[in-house]
Amino acid sequence: MRLIRDVLARRGMGAVTTLPGLLVLLVVVGLFLKSRAILAVEPLSRLLFSSAWHPLKGEFGLLPFISGTVWVTVTALVLALPVSILAAIYLSEYAPRWIREAAKPVIDLLAGLPSVVYGVWGVLIVVPFVGGVLAPACGVVSSGYSILAGGIVLAIMTFPTIIHVTLEVFATIPGALRDASLSLGATKWETTRRVVLRKGAQGILAASVLGFSRAFGETMAVLMVVGNVPAVPRSLFDPGYPLPALIANNYGEMMSVPRYDAALMLASLVLMLIVLFFNVLARWILVRVERRTR
Amino acid sequence: MNGETPISIRRLSVYYGDLQVLKDVSLDIPARKITVIIGPSGCGKTTLLKSLNRLLDTAEGVRVRGQVLLDGEDIYAPRTEVTRIRKKMGLLSQKPQVLPMSIYENVAYGPRLHGLKSKKELARRVEHYLRVAGLWDEVRDRLREPASTLSVGQQQRLCLARGLAVEPEIILGDEPTSALDPQSSQNVERRLLELKRDYTVVVVTHILRQARRIADHLAFLYLGELVEQGPAAEVFAGPRDPRTRAYLTGEIS
Amino acid sequence: MKPLPDARLNRRKRTDRAFRVLALASAAAVLLSLVIILGAILWKSLPALSLSMLTRTPKGGFYLGKEGGILNAIVGSLELAIGATAIAFLLSLPLVLYLNVYKGRASKTAVWTRFFLDVLWGVPSIVYGAFGFIVMLALGLRASLLAGMLTVALLEFPIMSRAIDEVMRLVPRELKEASASLGATRFETAVKVLVRQSAPGILTGVLLAFGRGVGDAASVLFTAGFTDRVPGGLLDPAATLPLAIFFQLGTPFPEVRERAYASAAILTLIILVISLAGRALGRKATRHVVK
Repeated sequence: MRLIRDVLARRGMGAVTTLPGLLVLLVVVGLFLKSRAILAVEPLSRLLFSSAWHPLKGEFGLLPFISGTVWVTVTALVLALPVSILAAIYLSEYAPRWIREAAKPVIDLLAGLPSVVYGVWGVLIVVPFVGGVLAPACGVVSSGYSILAGGIVLAIMTFPTIIHVTLEVFATIPGALRDASLSLGATKWETTRRVVLRKGAQGILAASVLGFSRAFGETMAVLMVVGNVPAVPRSLFDPGYPLPALIANNYGEMMSVPRYDAALMLASLVLMLIVLFFNVLARWILVRVERRTR
Repeated sequence: MNGETPISIRRLSVYYGDLQVLKDVSLDIPARKITVIIGPSGCGKTTLLKSLNRLLDTAEGVRVRGQVLLDGEDIYAPRTEVTRIRKKMGLLSQKPQVLPMSIYENVAYGPRLHGLKSKKELARRVEHYLRVAGLWDEVRDRLREPASTLSVGQQQRLCLARGLAVEPEIILGDEPTSALDPQSSQNVERRLLELKRDYTVVVVTHILRQARRIADHLAFLYLGELVEQGPAAEVFAGPRDPRTRAYLTGEIS
Repeated sequence: MKPLPDARLNRRKRTDRAFRVLALASAAAVLLSLVIILGAILWKSLPALSLSMLTRTPKGGFYLGKEGGILNAIVGSLELAIGATAIAFLLSLPLVLYLNVYKGRASKTAVWTRFFLDVLWGVPSIVYGAFGFIVMLALGLRASLLAGMLTVALLEFPIMSRAIDEVMRLVPRELKEASASLGATRFETAVKVLVRQSAPGILTGVLLAFGRGVGDAASVLFTAGFTDRVPGGLLDPAATLPLAIFFQLGTPFPEVRERAYASAAILTLIILVISLAGRALGRKATRHVVK
């Protein structure tokens, strides 16, 4: 009896184990099936690379949204990478243990704040700052709802991801290796730059890619501060309209316009595939790093 | 260099938090000889060695009392330049720690840091110290390959060359053969015996036979206390302290 | 050979100090950003924060600045997240037990499953929203509490599984084996030893996922609907706190926008409580686990 129960449990649990892989597949297939309605009538190249977005006329060029996403994400990473990597360097190489321990919950909290809260904060602080301070300082007129505002908010949201992974990578570097460099008369910074950063380069790359994919798919916070104008942005102070915002904003009305829903599903599919690609890339790098250090 | 005793340890105590790891250790290290510090594992040997080039600074919660005089200068004095102290000593660790760069860059790393720019001079130096470490013939055709492609024994000799390239006066070895196969160990030991003509060598080991093979001067450390020291031959022949005798005969380990 | 030069020492030391300061400043900026975010939101929310926000549902014209509160959204969010967390837990626990009991650490199944879980963790919640929408239509549901629960459960599942997995991996092998050698089947081993040994850690993982569930907006945007009433049943639409914030912020009326700040403060406080509870339990977990 006990043995039967063991077998049953084993079967059932084994079945659940297939769920993660299955789910990834299901999401991709499901989104693909739902976007077939538009893929059947429009060539993919025009959907992805046309900037004509006129749903009522049946034109669904996703370029403004794809480029909006890329602009915001790249801006965020340019801001976030140096700060997070330096912060990780401080926490791992310089800080006394109590600071390192005290920083962990703060970083966890930062990671756990809902994106709507980031969005509210962006509207409260970042948008007026960009519109009222940065734009005039650069001689530009901007409402503040802009790529830059989105980038700043996103940068802060990606801090925890990048710092967390970078810290884990630094922790795998043996202290004796640092000692070897120090005992040759290198200063702490020289050791960090030439040994720690070099040894951890791949891991930092993985951290950046993970940060990138996290930023790429972020919806609400960006949606609230980025302006949402469907045109290819020309400067950091222009508004943009990222893919996730497009999907989120138009769900209500899509049912009334033909093929609109399929276009939005296609947008989701594009988003999913890009994020999937970067995630797989990052995990692959991390697995390699882990294998090498063992 | 201060002729006879380049390093002189005076009443050194080291604490990790509340734990006292070294108790009032005093030891004079003679110039151009191999001083071997023996003792069971966990007795503070590595700590003693690391206290000599202030690598203890990198550990947290470590307190040091007492003095370590390097050429008459207290290395724990507040105004002492720690990079200069470390430059005077080359360190061989238990497991060879090659830097994540090419074989050539590993040796050139130190001289570059200290401001040597000339390519020709660097190349000359790299070759010279690789020869001294007995590695040149094995790597002359693959200098640009990552150092991690070398065997462990080769890596340890690379670390030796790298240490020598910053022109230290003293070589510190922290069980430098413990990760090596017998042949590589023998190779490293032979290098150390050659090097004592020009350098002061301090080696920590728990391998008694290795101590017998290379030691000129012997110090026995037990539970953080320096139990006995003296010329190696004398200590091996007639240990004065019963604890030393017990250790040498294998009763305690 | 000429002796090595030693002249650059001062410059090297200056560089060293400069980067130390830069690194410290970066770390401070990251830590301060949390303070600034929390500070700004709490400060701005003060004028509109009142008891009626918590205890009343929106009355007519609430989104024009009239009377009412966001009780509907608070209750909706909590109900939705509790349901979603329960569903995710029913999937996560067997999955993680299977990985830790039947499969070795480095077995192919374990490695791949963890890989896919990590990938799922990275899937944007708006994609879960879109996918949940498809599933909802396929099941013949409308936007409702149930559809929202299912979608959020998908989002929470990888988070919870990975968190619990990390804790269970800490349970030493010998402990698992000791129980097996006393004649227990592996199933019993699993349930008794692993679950008991890592119970506080499991709770931490559940709370982590619960926090995400409460705070996520993009996934419930199309699946949970929105209503001014407290949801009465699983098939009724349900308001959620993040969406309530979003909608209030979208109005042109200053009073309503202030309420959005207040709602954001309430959401933040809920998240902080969940997060701190999880943290407190996590600390307990590490204390009681036999090492």
